[in-house]
Amino acid sequence: MRSFGRAIHAEFTKVTTTRLWWILAIVMVAYVALVAGGLTAILGVVGTGSGGGARAPQISDAQRAPLIYSFGSSIGYVFPVLLGALVTTGEFRHKTLTPTFLATPKRGRILVAKLVALFVFGALFGVFAMVGSVGAGSGIMAVFGQDAQLGSSGIWALVARAILAMALWCAVGVGLGALIPSQVAAIVIVLAFTQFVEPILRFASGLTDWSASIGKFLPGSASDALVGSSFYTLSAPSLVALDWWQGALVLAAYAVVAAVLGYFTSWRRDVT
Amino acid sequence: MAEGVTIEFTNVTKRFGSVEAVSDLSFSVEPGQITGFLGPNGAGKTTSLRMLLGLVTPTSGSATFGGTTYRNLSSPLGTVGAALEAASFHPGRTAADHLRVYAQAAGLPRSRVGIVLEQVGLESYGNRRVGGYSLGMRQRLGLAYALLGDPGVLVLDEPINGLDPEGIRWIRLFLRQLAAEGRTVLVSSHLLSEVQQSVDEVVIIAHGKLVHRGTLASLDMVESKQVIVDSPNREGLGWALQAAGYAFRSLRGGVIVDNADATEIGRIAFAAGIPLSSLSQKHAGLEDSFLALVGEEGAL
Ligand SMILES: Nc1ncnc2c1ncn2[C@@H]1O[C@H](COP(=O)(O)OP(=O)(O)O)[C@@H](O)[C@H]1O
Ligand SMILES: [Mg+2]
Repeated sequence: MRSFGRAIHAEFTKVTTTRLWWILAIVMVAYVALVAGGLTAILGVVGTGSGGGARAPQISDAQRAPLIYSFGSSIGYVFPVLLGALVTTGEFRHKTLTPTFLATPKRGRILVAKLVALFVFGALFGVFAMVGSVGAGSGIMAVFGQDAQLGSSGIWALVARAILAMALWCAVGVGLGALIPSQVAAIVIVLAFTQFVEPILRFASGLTDWSASIGKFLPGSASDALVGSSFYTLSAPSLVALDWWQGALVLAAYAVVAAVLGYFTSWRRDVT
Repeated sequence: MAEGVTIEFTNVTKRFGSVEAVSDLSFSVEPGQITGFLGPNGAGKTTSLRMLLGLVTPTSGSATFGGTTYRNLSSPLGTVGAALEAASFHPGRTAADHLRVYAQAAGLPRSRVGIVLEQVGLESYGNRRVGGYSLGMRQRLGLAYALLGDPGVLVLDEPINGLDPEGIRWIRLFLRQLAAEGRTVLVSSHLLSEVQQSVDEVVIIAHGKLVHRGTLASLDMVESKQVIVDSPNREGLGWALQAAGYAFRSLRGGVIVDNADATEIGRIAFAAGIPLSSLSQKHAGLEDSFLALVGEEGAL
């Protein structure tokens, strides 16, 4: 057990001693703040009637804040996935599995320690992303005199669930990195899947009932179900969704299944 | 420092697909000495050492430290230190941070980081990113990692590769000191000349098989198949050797005859009436014996 704690500590230090995490964090916060703030401003301008009011999406005052804040995770989640995947594939790329396995010959223990350490890091990314989306979103709402709902316990529950989602996404990245040790391949797959493949699958699966019952298990759908609000639920309100805790379990299952497959394919291999 | 223990390879075989990299290798390495693990490139040295360290799983057989496999050591870094290649670092991490990560993983005090950096002469470079290190500095950092747990056994794969003459001198003295402290030191190299001043014992492999095991001096005993002969009448000697079917080279100090026995060459000269000024079986040097053992393609 002590040795397990030491492995987690070391995996955590690996992340903090290179520049990757804060570069990703800065880009993520800027991106999330820009989208959350920008959209609030656009909706604000359109909503006050100075734009083409009739065509504007119907967003109630109650819907606005959760929708805007959820951008932190609904578009920001790709950053913790990249962090988890890059940190894990980096071990193969830089051949640091050699000193790692020499210091801790029980390889499964290291993979679990990595999942735990990056889950914590993902939560930290979740906090940053929420600072970005809630900060920028509520600031612009104040400009338009809208209710930012910062006193609502429902909003803070959403923020907490979004942080959990980001933590789980980072663990998914670790599993993916173990499954696809090639760094370039892992980056391409993460970006292609999160930015193109999954959005299309989610849209297509929503077209019929039977496919929707499968589509709700897609990782992005599970994540949105966990957070409880997103622009997807707005664009397709009839979408079948999981309960928030089911969404969390589905995401965790993705992380665990990928890590177990990665363990048996690449992690246990000869290090030559 | 932990006790030096005996390294034991017992019938170790490793196949990569159809390639048999290591074949039924058995030998042991005793504490308090430097043992050279020699063989040409591709002989299977790195594969053998990685099997010893639990990084590569043998197809059959086992390699242990005093009977315990690496994966079952209770304190791996405190028992064995290993430096396997010059590039197992994240280029964006500083040397001190690199060492700190593994000190944490192994439960070693943080103070060890500064101590080992000083031991290898990197104390003023510890806070630089490893990406900017020269090959020599990387080799030293690899050694620092090996020393992190103050182990009784050191396993070093080609640690001299890429060092400048000053670095080579330094590492030779350093290995001597480590062995004098009672540690088991196993150093691989593809060049005998690189380590012959440092090692007490040699284990020589070629094509994954053991070809020689003994003291460094035992290499000198290997019989040479060459004869050095000379005559005031070199031309006549040449004809006589050629007639007898020998291959030879004429050098300034004499004629070197391959695959020959001195008695036989003397008899041929006598029969041809050639006077000899010198005749002897060539004394095989260490390097020649080494090359003879590993085969011609070993002379890379
Ligand atoms: N991962 C691998 N896959 C296939 N063949 C390998 C692998 N690693 C080493 N080999 C082969 O095994 C043999 C021994 O290699 P190696 O142990 O690196 O030799 P050395 O360290 O003595 O130069 C070589 O023929 C090499 O090509
Ligand atoms: Mg080698």
